[in-house]
Amino acid sequence: MSEPDNTILRLPDQSTARVPKKNFITAEDGLLSWLLTGDHKRIAMLYLISITVFFFIGGAFAGLIRLELLTPQPDLVASDTYNKFFTMHGVIMVFLFLVPSVPATLGNFLMPIMLGARDLAFPKINLLSWYLYVVGGIMVLTTMVLGGVDTGWTFTTPLSTHYLNTHVVTTGLAVFVAGFSSIFTGLNFIVTIHRMRCPGMTWFRMPLFVWSHYAASILMVLGTPVLAIAIVLVMLERLFGIGVFDPTKGGDPLLFQHLFWFYSHPAVYIMILPGMGVISEVISTFSRKRVFGYTAVAFSSVAIALFGFFVWEHHMFIMGVSNYSALVFSLLTMLVAVPSAIKIFNWSFTLQQGSITFETPMLYAFGFMGLFTIGGLTGVYLGSLGMDIHLTETYFIVAHFHFVMVGGMLMAFLAGVHFWWPKMTGRMYPETLSKMAAVITFIGFNLTFLPQFILGYLGMPRRYHAYPPEFQILNVLSTAGATVLGIGYMLPILYLAWSLKYGPVAGDNPWQATGLEWQIQSPPLTENFTEIPIMDHEAYDYDWLEHKTKPEVTTVG
Amino acid sequence: MEHEAHEHVYVPQHRHHFETEQQQREAGSFGMWLFLLTEIMFFGGLFFAYLLYRNWYYDAFVAASNQLSVPLGGANTAILITSGFFMALAVWAAEVRKKQMLVWTLVFTTLFGIAFIGIKYVEYKEKWEKHHIPGASFDVSEFINPPIDAKTGKPSQNPLPPDVAQHTQIFFFLYFAMTGMHALHMIIGIGLLFWLIGRAQRGDFSAGYVAPIENFGLYWHFVDIVWLFLFPLLYLINRHPLAH
Repeated sequence: MSEPDNTILRLPDQSTARVPKKNFITAEDGLLSWLLTGDHKRIAMLYLISITVFFFIGGAFAGLIRLELLTPQPDLVASDTYNKFFTMHGVIMVFLFLVPSVPATLGNFLMPIMLGARDLAFPKINLLSWYLYVVGGIMVLTTMVLGGVDTGWTFTTPLSTHYLNTHVVTTGLAVFVAGFSSIFTGLNFIVTIHRMRCPGMTWFRMPLFVWSHYAASILMVLGTPVLAIAIVLVMLERLFGIGVFDPTKGGDPLLFQHLFWFYSHPAVYIMILPGMGVISEVISTFSRKRVFGYTAVAFSSVAIALFGFFVWEHHMFIMGVSNYSALVFSLLTMLVAVPSAIKIFNWSFTLQQGSITFETPMLYAFGFMGLFTIGGLTGVYLGSLGMDIHLTETYFIVAHFHFVMVGGMLMAFLAGVHFWWPKMTGRMYPETLSKMAAVITFIGFNLTFLPQFILGYLGMPRRYHAYPPEFQILNVLSTAGATVLGIGYMLPILYLAWSLKYGPVAGDNPWQATGLEWQIQSPPLTENFTEIPIMDHEAYDYDWLEHKTKPEVTTVG
Repeated sequence: MEHEAHEHVYVPQHRHHFETEQQQREAGSFGMWLFLLTEIMFFGGLFFAYLLYRNWYYDAFVAASNQLSVPLGGANTAILITSGFFMALAVWAAEVRKKQMLVWTLVFTTLFGIAFIGIKYVEYKEKWEKHHIPGASFDVSEFINPPIDAKTGKPSQNPLPPDVAQHTQIFFFLYFAMTGMHALHMIIGIGLLFWLIGRAQRGDFSAGYVAPIENFGLYWHFVDIVWLFLFPLLYLINRHPLAH
């Protein structure tokens, strides 16, 4: 609030303002009231806590990996321990953090409110999904305690079925269980979007956050079961030697690749689409403009979901697939870049001539746009056949997907957490500190992953714990960047926890945003709305908001 | 089922977060259809594997498929369709609010379901005795040296070369994985049926609240349909007798 001209932040008068006594957090007391809740907002909070825990565990493994790579010699850990490090890092980050990150926390919290509903369609299934997530998480932790697993997060056969003596089955089961948690989240979202919209909430009045979650949910519902069956087959192969992926018995290891990537490529869209929804909301709010080309952005989400199902073979170009199918999949891979580009261009046009302010969520959103663009474009390099053969299985790939997943998704997640923090908790985070964290994250991220593009292009393979000495400078830069990045991620958890008690009272609509969630009290009531709202305007209609708030302003003034 | 108080409530099963009972019913059935979609994708992985290996190892698949008993498989098909018929009657009985009929049709649905599992057990047991379960103790001798037919004095099957005979293991794996996954769905369904019978007996579904019966019916028919694909794909690959 130090620079009132450069911000749209409007906090209520702190001397009189109070967080409403009656809200979803204070509605019931006791641990059981949380563990047995059906309230989507409380489940979102449970998810937020659990994914944060796993994020820091996965992050610790990333730290260990970078520490080992500080020197060319394998001096910190033995090679098989290193294999376990990157496997646990991948498994935890992909299945226990990225997949549920935005949908299960922000999506869970906001989806019903944005649609004008009291809850998701199936509250008990929503709770079940959290419990499945926890069971999956505990199984991963069990694996870790028992000695870990070293297949890589991709469970590649026949490595995972024949050559390793680590805890593949436990981890596989964990992924299987966590997969069902994600299926149930997706199912709940789709039914809620179809059947629970309030009067007047037509499909094209829904916030783009909802559209992108709709697309991600389609992927969760259709893709995850295929991963489930692929994992079941790996477990059966391991336990009983049934031969389905074993060439000596006539099985085909490539079949596993097809089944695995049929899920795991769409899975990256499961991870990124909800983040794109967050960015749409943030960009619109902090440039005070309706998202440019609303319909195009909405449909581009669905297009990503559809195209996303037909590109999986680009993970297998070097595995001996037919040249003709590789050609087709290469073309389709480049096509999927089109809807992503539509989004980036539309956000840019939203910014054009907008009244832009630079609050923390907006800083993260800018970070997202830049880093996601780099991540996406390098994806096009990798989709072209000749380049792929040179770059696949090198650090170029590692840098590419970290640009999309960490630079894109994690930035979007943090943008969303900051943006809706006042709504979820009723209190504001410290503005200066959080802006600093956003900048530190951006710098640390680039320092960590830009050198990896060069390393990969020069030919440093991924998943090795030693490398030739000439790569050391770039690796040292990358490790230094990871340290900065670590600080960037530690800061939010500290000041967000601080703000729970000491943050300024946020009021209902600190950002002057248009979404239905901003028109109710913060934190919301258990039933969200005292009466079901009627949606009588388009999404992102700032004129409507101005007319709505006018009488209040005149009485205050 | 929780019974929550709210000003809109006029039927006990109405959940507070739905505006109308119709909305609740539509959401429930929509959710069930979506769940079945995930089930199709789940079985889809296995069907895809079947497609691949049947094309690669057709001869081994034929020989292995001939080991399955068409009478038992056929009987199971008939049993499952009958069970599905009673399930359809049960949905109708719930809709017209006939409590006794609902309970009895559900009981028959369950009985035929159990009969299916029983026959499946007999079939599995035979495979166990013949060492046709994939894994370390899998035995291919029957495919390399088929038993001699007493009437003709010739082998009842074309003998397979040893390397081809190995591929029968893939068929049997798919057979066990697909029918096993199907049987697992049947067992879960039978468990749910016991629960539904108990509630039907209490009269829960005889006053216009049919959603659980309806949705379970969708699930049960889905499981039937999976079998209707499994039976021809696994049992009837190439059934004309050996030409001599």
